[in-house]
Amino acid sequence: MSTITTAAGAAASSVAASTAKPKLKTSAMIASFADPGQKTTSAPFGHALVKAAEADSRIVGLTADLGKYTDMHIFAKAFPERFFQMGMAEQLLFGAAAGMAETGLIPFASTYSVFAARRAYDFLCLDIAEPNLNVNIIGGLPGLTTGYGPSHQATEDMAIFRGMPNLTIVDPCDSVDIEQAVPQLAASDGPTYLRLLRGNVPTVLDEYDYTFELGKAKVLREGKDVVFVSSGLMTMRALQAADALAKHNVDVAVVHTPTIKPFDSATVLAELNTDRLAVTLENHTVVGGLFETVASAVVTAGLGKRVVPIALPDQFLDAGALPTLHERYGLSVDRIVAKVLAELG
Amino acid sequence: MTLSSVEVAPVATPTPERVDSIRAAAYRIRHHALNMGEVQGQGYVGQALGAADMLAAVYADQLTYRAEDPHWEGRDRFLLSTGHYAIGHYAALAEAGIVPVAELETYGSDDSRLPMSGMSTYTPGMEISGGSLGHGLTVAVGMALGLRLQSSTSRVINFLSDGELDEGSTWEAAMGAHHHQLGNLTAMVDINALQADGATETVLRTEPVTEKWESFGWYTQRVDGNDVSALLGAFDNIAALAAPIGRPSVILCDTKVGRGVPLLETREKAHFMRIEENEWQICREQLTAGYEGTASA
Repeated sequence: MSTITTAAGAAASSVAASTAKPKLKTSAMIASFADPGQKTTSAPFGHALVKAAEADSRIVGLTADLGKYTDMHIFAKAFPERFFQMGMAEQLLFGAAAGMAETGLIPFASTYSVFAARRAYDFLCLDIAEPNLNVNIIGGLPGLTTGYGPSHQATEDMAIFRGMPNLTIVDPCDSVDIEQAVPQLAASDGPTYLRLLRGNVPTVLDEYDYTFELGKAKVLREGKDVVFVSSGLMTMRALQAADALAKHNVDVAVVHTPTIKPFDSATVLAELNTDRLAVTLENHTVVGGLFETVASAVVTAGLGKRVVPIALPDQFLDAGALPTLHERYGLSVDRIVAKVLAELG
Repeated sequence: MTLSSVEVAPVATPTPERVDSIRAAAYRIRHHALNMGEVQGQGYVGQALGAADMLAAVYADQLTYRAEDPHWEGRDRFLLSTGHYAIGHYAALAEAGIVPVAELETYGSDDSRLPMSGMSTYTPGMEISGGSLGHGLTVAVGMALGLRLQSSTSRVINFLSDGELDEGSTWEAAMGAHHHQLGNLTAMVDINALQADGATETVLRTEPVTEKWESFGWYTQRVDGNDVSALLGAFDNIAALAAPIGRPSVILCDTKVGRGVPLLETREKAHFMRIEENEWQICREQLTAGYEGTASA
């Protein structure tokens, strides 16, 4: 009895100590990373898939009990006869998608990135990638986009997938990227993996002279002091950090690399082969993702260039509210700005 | 609705002519497999001999295909999930006229179209790359869905082994096929009771196999997989009773490793069988003697 009292007392004092700063709530599985008041677009993947399917009758959709959570439900409603619910069975999801592609269809198969990369890898590898089938994998919750902990945080999905021959990997920044990528994924011959952003997705790249081209990196803004190479939602943060750094009289260029594999080394190396501070930014572990892709390109080309990674640490991450976690692990704009200023001394 | 499964008695008895024709095909498949095994000196000959009657029933009686155009859109699909059974499948493809008989001697050699483990990217008529066990039925489900969506009347037959019943993905697919009412899908399970590490019952007990498939909603029949008449009857039952009502079907085939060659039937069962140089001719002679004895019986 005394033990229980002591434990309760300890918990109470812990709560009292933290009341100075109210704790944020983890909230729903899929937390929004849009800033308050930011322009967003609802379910860009689902609507883009419907549009692509209107133009190409070979397109079909599958999911493993995550239609609503991957925006596949938009497609299911528009094309019920071309939508296939496979149940919470990711191995069947990928095997069946392969079988459908073998009959001439173009499947888009959705699940969470953790299940695509960890649970059903062998099926994606041998049934889809080895025969080079046009199957498009849609992975929800890439990197750190949920506060539910390692079971749902696909912090190493790109590291896992980069070693798979034939697989194209796309890490879109926003709704513009997703809308423009979907028809290109359908049109490309081999398998693809899209790191999905779903729900109310920030709309950012419409402010720039930009179009998504599969396999291409694009320079979004020029800058003479620092060059950011970024992918995924970190391109949004890179652009915000560039604006913030301008107030410190630091001029930052941003190169967006939405296609991680095959990687547009030529465009990126042309930007890195200068005296500017080079920084990679990714929503992924520092192991095996954008940083190592860039580092590999730099070394292969013989450039003696230091590259500073901004990425998630090589560890299993905490549960919690997304803003808290992005701040904790260095993905927030404030942390990016501080890191760059420290590097510049 | 419920349909009585384990319907071993065929709706109509296959004619003797039909049975003899398939038995002859099975004999040739076994002969090809022995010749291929001799090239390697060892291998999965035991499995090929055991499965020869199943393969003969499929290729010589059931499948619609065009030998000169293996990718013909209207073909039925036969998916070999057990990649190491490729030796038997190549023999069946030769029997079907899809692979030249003369090419069989390249089995497992460098630059051959006939690798040790079956792959779709190497061999005409090979629909999938098997080998990573538990994949075949998942792909078969997708093919059956895709063909039906495109109003094709083609069927999908997936050959798997009792060892593959260890894999959870097989049961994901079994549920999916029933949920989506895939009457155009048939699974054939080779129950040779043998896995890589020993007898199936000592590796991971899969029985009761019949009840498992039945409870997953499949039209389930269990037959002697080395009895051609029973195999044909099972296919006839499926066409009459399961396919028309959208029920996936499975034929559980109890087979004997090394079937048709007493020297190998009685040898200690092995997943990867070693056969001495001087034994191959004995095997062929025993096979022929047994077949001719059966044929004249």
